[in-house]
Amino acid sequence: MDLTTTYMGLKLKNPIIVGASPLTATVESIQELEKNGAAAVVLHSIFEEQINHEMHEMDHFLFHGSEDYAEALGYFPEVTLSNLESEHYLDEIKKLKECVEIPIIASLNGVSKGGWIEYATKLEAAGVDALELNITYIPTDIQLSSNEVEALYIETIKAVLESVNIPVSIKMNAVFSAPANMAKQFCDLGVKGLVLFDKPVHVDIDLELLSSLQNIHYSSSKDLSETLRWSAILYKRIDASICASTGVKNYEDILKSMMSGADAVEMVSAILENGAEHIQKTLQDLELWMQEKEYDSMEQMKGSISLAHTSHPAAYERANYMRVLTDYTY
Amino acid sequence: MCTKITIDANEAVARVAHKINEVIAIYPITPSSPMAELSDVYSMKGERNIFGSLPEIMEMQSEGGASGAVHGSLQTGALTTTFTASQGLLLMIPNMYKIAGELTPTVFHVASRSIAAQALSIFGDHSDVMGVRQTGFALFSSVNAQEAHDFALISQDATLQSRIPFLHFFDGFRTSHEVSKIELIDKKIMKQMIDEKLVHAHRKRALSPDNPFIRGTSQNPDVYFQGRESVNSYYDKLPDILQNSMDKFASLTNRSYKLFDYIGVKDATKIIILMGSSCDTVEETVNYLKEKNEKVGLIKVRLYKPFSLKHFIEVLPTTTLSIAVLDRTKESGSLGEPLYLDVVGALTELKEEEKLEFMPRVIGGRYGLSSKEFTPPMVKAIFDELEKDKPKNHFTIGINDDVTHTSLDFDDSFSVADKETFRGMFFGLGSDGTVGANKNSIKIIGEETSNYAQGYFVYDSNKSGSMTTSHLRFGKKPIRSSYLIQKANFVACHQSVFLEKFDILKHAQEGATFLLNSPFAKDIVFAKLPQVVQELIIKKELQFYVIDAAKVAKQSGMGRKINTVMQTCFFAISNILPKDEAINKIKKSIEKTYGKKGKQIVSMNFLAVDNTLANLHKVIVPKTTQSKIKMRPFVKGDFNDFVEEVTAKLIAGEGDSVPVSAMPSDGTWQSGTTQYQKRSTALEVPVWDPNVCIQCNKCVLVCPHAAIRSKVVEESLLSELPEDFLYTKAKGKTFEESEMFTLHVAVEDCTGCTLCVEVCPAKNKSQTNLKAINMNPQEPLRQRGSELWDTFTKLPAYDRSKLDHEKAKETQFLEPLFEFSGACPGCGETPYIKLASQLFGDRMVVANATGCSSIYGGNLPTTPWRKNSEGRGPAWSNSLFEDNAEFGLGFRLAIDKHTHNARESLLSLKDEIGEELTNSLLDSKQKDESEIFAQRLRVKELQEKLSLMQGDSASRLKELADYLVKKSVWMIGGDGWAYDIGYGGLDHVLASGKNVNVLVLDTQVYSNTGGQQSKATFTGAVAKFAAGGKAQIPKDLAMMAIAYGDVYVARVAMGASDAQTVKAFVEAEAYDGPSIIIAYSHCVAHGYDLRYGMQHQKLAVESGLWATFRYNPALRDEGKNPMIVDYKEPKIDVKNFMYQETRFKMVEKLDANNAKAYLQTARDHAKENYKRYKNLERSMQPQEEN
Repeated sequence: MDLTTTYMGLKLKNPIIVGASPLTATVESIQELEKNGAAAVVLHSIFEEQINHEMHEMDHFLFHGSEDYAEALGYFPEVTLSNLESEHYLDEIKKLKECVEIPIIASLNGVSKGGWIEYATKLEAAGVDALELNITYIPTDIQLSSNEVEALYIETIKAVLESVNIPVSIKMNAVFSAPANMAKQFCDLGVKGLVLFDKPVHVDIDLELLSSLQNIHYSSSKDLSETLRWSAILYKRIDASICASTGVKNYEDILKSMMSGADAVEMVSAILENGAEHIQKTLQDLELWMQEKEYDSMEQMKGSISLAHTSHPAAYERANYMRVLTDYTY
Repeated sequence: MCTKITIDANEAVARVAHKINEVIAIYPITPSSPMAELSDVYSMKGERNIFGSLPEIMEMQSEGGASGAVHGSLQTGALTTTFTASQGLLLMIPNMYKIAGELTPTVFHVASRSIAAQALSIFGDHSDVMGVRQTGFALFSSVNAQEAHDFALISQDATLQSRIPFLHFFDGFRTSHEVSKIELIDKKIMKQMIDEKLVHAHRKRALSPDNPFIRGTSQNPDVYFQGRESVNSYYDKLPDILQNSMDKFASLTNRSYKLFDYIGVKDATKIIILMGSSCDTVEETVNYLKEKNEKVGLIKVRLYKPFSLKHFIEVLPTTTLSIAVLDRTKESGSLGEPLYLDVVGALTELKEEEKLEFMPRVIGGRYGLSSKEFTPPMVKAIFDELEKDKPKNHFTIGINDDVTHTSLDFDDSFSVADKETFRGMFFGLGSDGTVGANKNSIKIIGEETSNYAQGYFVYDSNKSGSMTTSHLRFGKKPIRSSYLIQKANFVACHQSVFLEKFDILKHAQEGATFLLNSPFAKDIVFAKLPQVVQELIIKKELQFYVIDAAKVAKQSGMGRKINTVMQTCFFAISNILPKDEAINKIKKSIEKTYGKKGKQIVSMNFLAVDNTLANLHKVIVPKTTQSKIKMRPFVKGDFNDFVEEVTAKLIAGEGDSVPVSAMPSDGTWQSGTTQYQKRSTALEVPVWDPNVCIQCNKCVLVCPHAAIRSKVVEESLLSELPEDFLYTKAKGKTFEESEMFTLHVAVEDCTGCTLCVEVCPAKNKSQTNLKAINMNPQEPLRQRGSELWDTFTKLPAYDRSKLDHEKAKETQFLEPLFEFSGACPGCGETPYIKLASQLFGDRMVVANATGCSSIYGGNLPTTPWRKNSEGRGPAWSNSLFEDNAEFGLGFRLAIDKHTHNARESLLSLKDEIGEELTNSLLDSKQKDESEIFAQRLRVKELQEKLSLMQGDSASRLKELADYLVKKSVWMIGGDGWAYDIGYGGLDHVLASGKNVNVLVLDTQVYSNTGGQQSKATFTGAVAKFAAGGKAQIPKDLAMMAIAYGDVYVARVAMGASDAQTVKAFVEAEAYDGPSIIIAYSHCVAHGYDLRYGMQHQKLAVESGLWATFRYNPALRDEGKNPMIVDYKEPKIDVKNFMYQETRFKMVEKLDANNAKAYLQTARDHAKENYKRYKNLERSMQPQEEN
């Protein structure tokens, strides 16, 4: 059975990429994922704030209170720090490349053209095979128009693309007014992959502390809906690979994703819940299903139920509401 | 080609000492600590010595311990050194005798410092080295950083050759901390200087089971004397050996020295002889006077002991008629100070031996104690004195001794300052980076240009919020001015608020450049200055420049750090270097300094440089003043003459003018004077919202400076007050319907730490980002806030006896008798001290170990311990660092004795006093506040009766009657004292059974000296002397105390449980025996924003790294379990606590593997500890009898 697929030009032995998460935070853990069949990994995200914050924080606290009082002109030994978070991350990548064979995709999280873009170059130099850019921007400024927000995205992506030669994917969120057009604009800039979609961080309120907070919940297969829709709509209409993300929990979700038009999937929650062995089991189930249904390869089913190829295009379109209602009355 | 580098003497010495030793035993003491800290860092970095090995660095528990370890290491054949000063050196005396007596080669490097006498002082003089001159060590003095660097090597060679141990010293702060340009000694030269054969010889004399012998015998009357005399020939040879070594050094480096170096005209008639940094000042003055054809000269003493007559006479001009010998020390009762006596002795012997034609007149004088300024005008005055027929002997210079009239007058306008030398003074705030920027500027000028450079930095007496003054000199000629700048040609004021507080421009010379950081634009800034400042700018025709550095820093992403901005301004307008070249060099230096921290930080600083140039403006100065702004008074309030005549001068920086007559002669000082010094250092202060407040008093409890207080008062007292005096109905069963709760902030005393806001549990229900107390800008609140505070303080305090002293909330209505200290904003120690003062202050005697608490508790100009309206309050004293427990025990013994005597006298006067009063006085247990109050009333009644009585017993009892009221003895100190240097004494006191209370303010480092590790330091924390992180687990002082069985022991963390903390304080004090409270104290040395201090305390407890419990032997006597574990099983991982603090997190940045191992050790330790304490609790559960 041929489970191979090509994602952003990277040859993958199967469609399962383990997404950015604690699972991909250490060399040992990634080795375990590879052993269980993961085709690639996206490293745990490094945030723009993290890069800047760490430098500022260390700089601030190592010197805070110094040169204030004659007896205590400083409170820490004058040592040279080397493993700043970001540097540590780069060292880990170098180590990782020596230990595993599967492609390594680095994840960068940020929304400006600041110093962290330079970090993209460092990641490339460290040997990553591709970059996944997560531009999550919450436009709280009420004066900021959607055009301006979109321009910010475009500018940032442009700057990253100019700084590296490896393929770059964008982990999108689905809240654009015109997601398809946005995706096209990204691809026109040279983006090689679209990850559909970034899992939203849930906002909540703690009634005890009277405070707002953020929660991260495991996704479920139900969350795959929007991914299937936009993957189906974008299939063959953009010059980039598609990766389904958020809600890919089992072999069925992989099949659905591939049929809607994806080239690969990113899986996290199910592995966090069931362990790395879940990959192995999913691949076995996938193969079994394909055998039963007499599929030869993943390529064969790619986009087979995309908007262009489905027998019921309305399911992906607005009209589907009517269909659902109609079906219900039967 | 030699390398030139701009460093201070501590570094200059450490760079050599670390290269030529194998073992270094250390202990922190100002101003020598940096030598030890650097050595630790060098070894951590893997830097090897000239023999190819990595020096072993060992921190000891005290200087006594360090000298013992040095002695042992020397005896077993390793090249060994140590660094110390002051009291530390005194603690080494016993071993120094041994080391010298056994002819053991070593060099101790000493940054010489005052000895604590009537008061402690961290500053420089020769009191310490003079206190060890009898030990047999050679005393070898260097004048400046270059000499300190060179002499560190020369002395090592000489000690190996002569076998006489050396004490190499240089002036604390003036030399140890003065940054100047020196030539570095190459490692090759070090190798050439140190003869390995001599090292082998040292090893051959080592104790070894392969070549056994005995050293350190006990000798008797028959031979001890001869034994002492057996070393004479070694001392006789030493001067020539040292001179030869100096000559060898000169041949390798072209830097030539003599045992006594003479500077001056060949036929000088007037000579000054002295040692240390002021030699440079005298040399500078001699050179100036030489030009004026004055017959003056100077002899620099380098080898003081053994004093070589031969070498001395070689340099003394035969024309000498009069000599002034200057000593930087004071020996009360002596005929003269040591160097004077030695010179007199030398001359007498030389005359006897006919090596001297005639006896010059010799006078001795004292100067420069505790870094007191010693300047060219003073040198001139001394030369002038030598000219007189009857010059004053045993004079002092630099002070006004209006009591015994020892002081010489001097003319301050006399100046030898070289016109070509740049002299800049920079006034900054401790935290704004001014000093760092200036150190950087000196490095740029020293290392990137051919200029000579010198930088010296002065800090005020507060732990933070202090004013720093940087004194920078640059020029083409060598700089020998080892004194503060008198008149500057460049004055920079980095905080405009200083202009309203201090007369900064008095330091500016005519036509000088004046740079001001001000929020006001160039067109209006002049109008915003105080009138006197305007007058000076006009009168002195200053070139006035302005920049809004805060704005530029913010624009550039630098936050409040204005260092780069101000440094750029300095280079841009001072013309030291062509502007573009200067800017390039700043940027180069930025890359060097910040490069390792990431490009973001570098580019941020680059941006600041560029933005600065666009925002720096010259101000057009009008011809007349335009301001009505007055300078702020230095003191405010209802104070006495002493505060006005002495304290206010000290605050104003005019302490040098205080005459001897105004000084208390025994060190006794007025307490409670911080209330008059309104520092106004906070940018934001808390504002209370009575509608949201739940009256928990947590903000009052945690306020480190007692700047937030609450009171409950009768509503009738408030009805007349203005409307903006806020109050609300008092909550709680303790209070009556008619009683009101009010809370106020001392806006001028608050430091803006924000601990109060973070600890406030009450949120505004309509706007949850607001609490019952919120930060607001201070400036608009200052005037009115201060008036309201005044009104608040005049309201009566609540009746102490009606309050429940075990309830945290109610303790905060007790008046604090410790307030507005100079502790850091957000200090974690002072809330505990303040709590003790609230609970027991009116009957408290405090022995305070040297450390942070003795500094913010007793560092002049003002003192935070105060008395209540009845005139009672804590009596406080600091003896030493190491003896605090013993010192406090002494209080207990004396008080008990007084009480015993009072009771006996009372009993003997029973008939006259009356049986009822006598019995009730004798029988009172004074267990609580109301019983103590009742006893005080009885004593009052007794005193009234006694006043009518005659006889010895009556007068004795009259004197001692107050001791019939319970006195609470406290010993307060940090973990450096309790775990390390003072542990022996503390242990003894805990074992004594005496009723004393020990409060250990545990910050897990030596906070006061800058964060060196102690035995309390947590596993995995980086501290000085543990530069790579501490591997061992901390000592469990509490368990050690529990082992005695009859000691009350509590471990508390206010942030984890204020209720447990208050209980522990009350129980400890009530326990009739020794008590110890070990209190977790967050500290600036932990590396996070201290506004979150209380949350961190909670995390420390919840992670199990700080176990809270109480062991109360009194409960055992009541048949209850004495052990109460107050904390729950660790519920969060240690990482969640540790990695929120820089001290732990930086280990990860140094060595990720170590970091992992430390985390695991800490994790295991937390788990095991919980098991251990719970098991102990279970094991102590009283068994039910069948």
